[in-house]
Amino acid sequence: MKGNQMEQMKLFQWINMVSFAVNDIVLYLDTHPTDQKAISYFNHFREVRMKALKEYEDNYGPLTLDTAKPDQMWLWSTQPMPWEGGYC
Amino acid sequence: MEIVCTIIYQLTKNLSPEEIKASGFDKYYVDHTLALWPQAAGGIPFNACEFQSKGDPITDLMEDMAAEQKARSTYENILRLVKDPEVADPIRYLREREVVHFQRFGEGLRITQEHLDSKNFYAFNPAFDCPQK
Repeated sequence: MKGNQMEQMKLFQWINMVSFAVNDIVLYLDTHPTDQKAISYFNHFREVRMKALKEYEDNYGPLTLDTAKPDQMWLWSTQPMPWEGGYC
Repeated sequence: MEIVCTIIYQLTKNLSPEEIKASGFDKYYVDHTLALWPQAAGGIPFNACEFQSKGDPITDLMEDMAAEQKARSTYENILRLVKDPEVADPIRYLREREVVHFQRFGEGLRITQEHLDSKNFYAFNPAFDCPQK
């Protein structure tokens, strides 16, 4: 595996991890909306996730439409999809 | 749904007619080629009648919780049959999520009941019978 691909995979795994943290705390917050510790946890990982998604977009292409900033080409539909072995 | 469809897509990629016949995938193939068309393991097509939406929070939360448990049992049945880690690992993950979702729905049910009449949870439907202001 090329160095660049290795970096891409590592960043993608990091995004999966922090996205999972966000998703899981969202479920908890739905039933515990005033838990301050959970709110801080959400704010922290939401920020980390957004940063990682932006970094991914800058280097490899968008993973979400929110971070898709088409310049010369619409990468969203031309990158391989996850079920095709792509990361997005 | 997305994860299971991805697994099916990857497992059925580049199948040859011989492999299709040998694996028992032939009936599905005749109807759908290799396209994804959700159906039960027994062949019954997916249908929204599998779900109910009753408009009563207690009823609906019970339905949601039952759905999580039914999915957990299904994943456990799959795990007894499938040993390929590329399939079993994501199924194990999905199974864990069913347990977490069941827990969260259970909390939702408890919170709902805390707001109802403890002597008779069924005195009124909080989603329909608006209390007098």
